[in-house]
Amino acid sequence: MRTWSGFRNVVVVVVVGFAVVGLCPTLGQAQTTVTKVVSAQAAEVAVREELDRLRREFDLLRADYGQRLADLERRLAALGSGPLLVPPVPLVPPLPDATAVPEVPAVGPVAVEPASAAPQAPAGRTNTFNPDTSVVANFVAAAGHNPFSDQPSFQLSEAELSFRSVVDPYARADLYLAASPEGLEVEEGFLTFTSLPGNWLVKMGKMRAQFGKVNTLHTHAMPTADRPLVTDNLVGGEEGISDSGVSVSRLLPNDLLFLEATGEVFAGASSVFETDQRSRLNYVGRLRGYRDLTESSNLDIGGSVAWGPTSGGEDLNRRLIGVDATFRYRPLRRAIYQRFQARTELIWSRLDLPRAPQAKAFGFYALAEYQFARRWYIGSRVDRSQRAFDAASQDSGGSVFLSFWPSEFSQLRGQYRMTKYAEGRRAHEILFQLSFGIGAHGAHVF
Amino acid sequence: MRYFLSLVVLVLVLAATATTAATTARAVRAVPAAATLRVVATTEDLASLAREVGGDKVTVDAIAKGYQDPHFVEAKPSFILKFSRADLLLIVGRELEIGWLPSLINNSRNSKIQVGASGYLDASADVKILDIPTGQITRAMGDVHPSGNPHYWLDPGNGRIMARSIRDRLTQLDRANAAYYAQRYDDFDTRLAAAELRWDAMMAPHHGSKMVTYHRSWPNFVDRFRLDVIGYVEPKPGVPPSPSHTLTLIEEMKSQDVMIIAIEPYFDSKTPKQIGGQTGAEVLVLAPSVGGVPGTDDYIKLFDYNVKLLADALARAGK
Repeated sequence: MRTWSGFRNVVVVVVVGFAVVGLCPTLGQAQTTVTKVVSAQAAEVAVREELDRLRREFDLLRADYGQRLADLERRLAALGSGPLLVPPVPLVPPLPDATAVPEVPAVGPVAVEPASAAPQAPAGRTNTFNPDTSVVANFVAAAGHNPFSDQPSFQLSEAELSFRSVVDPYARADLYLAASPEGLEVEEGFLTFTSLPGNWLVKMGKMRAQFGKVNTLHTHAMPTADRPLVTDNLVGGEEGISDSGVSVSRLLPNDLLFLEATGEVFAGASSVFETDQRSRLNYVGRLRGYRDLTESSNLDIGGSVAWGPTSGGEDLNRRLIGVDATFRYRPLRRAIYQRFQARTELIWSRLDLPRAPQAKAFGFYALAEYQFARRWYIGSRVDRSQRAFDAASQDSGGSVFLSFWPSEFSQLRGQYRMTKYAEGRRAHEILFQLSFGIGAHGAHVF
Repeated sequence: MRYFLSLVVLVLVLAATATTAATTARAVRAVPAAATLRVVATTEDLASLAREVGGDKVTVDAIAKGYQDPHFVEAKPSFILKFSRADLLLIVGRELEIGWLPSLINNSRNSKIQVGASGYLDASADVKILDIPTGQITRAMGDVHPSGNPHYWLDPGNGRIMARSIRDRLTQLDRANAAYYAQRYDDFDTRLAAAELRWDAMMAPHHGSKMVTYHRSWPNFVDRFRLDVIGYVEPKPGVPPSPSHTLTLIEEMKSQDVMIIAIEPYFDSKTPKQIGGQTGAEVLVLAPSVGGVPGTDDYIKLFDYNVKLLADALARAGK
């Protein structure tokens, strides 16, 4: 009991102390200001204004500390149930001057209720240490005949559940679980060490490899309803190079441009690199350069390499080399209405085949996207890619798409896609995509 | 084993290259005195306050320009570079920067400015916050900020508190210059107090005047200067104007005789101008942040500009 009342006294003294300290300098200031005013009438107005301001500030302070005290009390009560914590504490601490102000000051624009003046809303405090949680769902519909695609007419292709949080002063964690018709899997789950010296950033866990641009993007973050042909043919399609391992990256500070080098090593259990031997690993390296051309435009260029084992036999390997370039234009004054982005990725693949010469293949896509109104985007993509196992077979195609974002948290997209397959067949398809996110606000992809 | 070795070699080569590059870059950069604290602020307002308090003991970079919507800033790698070198990061908080700040902090590789570190300062901690939603919050309400309206810097009283927080943090990081920061703060406080008297006098004849704004950027401003916002061009925060809402707003403005529509420089003025045409109200482009329009180069000039523009327009309208 004594502890509690002692504590209460300390709080009251602190509050009063703060109030006095807060008032003194401003009073002093008011005084000096008044002396500068020549006219007596103006001085009176000034003093009145100043008093109003002081009163407002004091009220705020009072409301704030009243709230904090009430919070403290609640927390104490929650900590231990027992008579020890029962003594009632007034919501608003005693005032130094009992004559001063009721709940709402008579004069002055500030008529804030104590609860709403508190900087922290008490609601949600129980969630303090819970990770940011969100769900993003991706629904795709397809129409038109394509003998090479097994995409159904309607499909909730993925519901992605994500948890993100700071772990401790040294690291943060990101976990993405993807539920799809194939089942539930960990799409990504990694720890990022954010506080290493010397511009290093280390990630450990399962993650999408830093190979080019498309490979790093989750399906719902793609600018199109599908992935480019070159990704399907050479870089593992939707799943891509996504594997368990370690990623180390470092900024290379210089005055010319942003330069980042990344080195990664994976187990070899992705849809591109496969092995059941521990000693055979998949390595990925990337160098990315970025420079602002103007405040509204920039250029982002990268080179990536990936090599590692493939299934099919001992010592059979695959090597991928990628080059990507992105140009972005977004006038800052009209940033929410207008933007343009052009991107291309070129990928070369070399694949060892059992009892056959090495297969070499090349593919690329080029994409342009333009935002022409606050919620509308239009774009097109050109595709061309040989097949990894057979360079003589080349698929090509093109798409145009229109996206509508009702809000930041949902988007509708229509896409017309024409594909000309190596076998000579053409497929004309209409894709429709709806994706939406609920829960914590995620970071925008850049 | 062979692969493990090659991995080690790869990392070493990478580290060696990186270190060489870093050393070279440092040699190039090391021209100015290394004693100054590098401050990065998410907005120009925070940057201006940091300059007021920090003087020539700090170098200050702002991320969002004053004429840019601070909710929608791109997390450009060039910003990562700034973050990686910063000693102190100043943020507005209240989820204003939620869409872009986390990825910049995560990729900064700078332990000094991680959330909770001594180089991370959320300037909203002690200020007066309005529009804290009560009850159930859903996104059906538009882009609501669960912890209150983040445009709080538009009350000069809050600016004073923000400057004080900055002073305290700079002092904590750089005790040797404590007296310098204290003196700079006191000087700013005095100038701000004098300016407040000036602004209050200019706005005094217009207390209670009604206006419409585009977005809910101005609650602290109108609260401070005793104006009355009766509606918004946006039907809900972050939602673009709709015809039905615009019609309702026009009717409301006519019935209440509202003669001012205030918009931010980053919003399309088409709908506000249409509303102005229908109601006779004047469309004013106010500066929501330092540098938002020419002539708003620092925190005090920001209010000089806005107060004068509003007071003149209200006087013209006879309000």
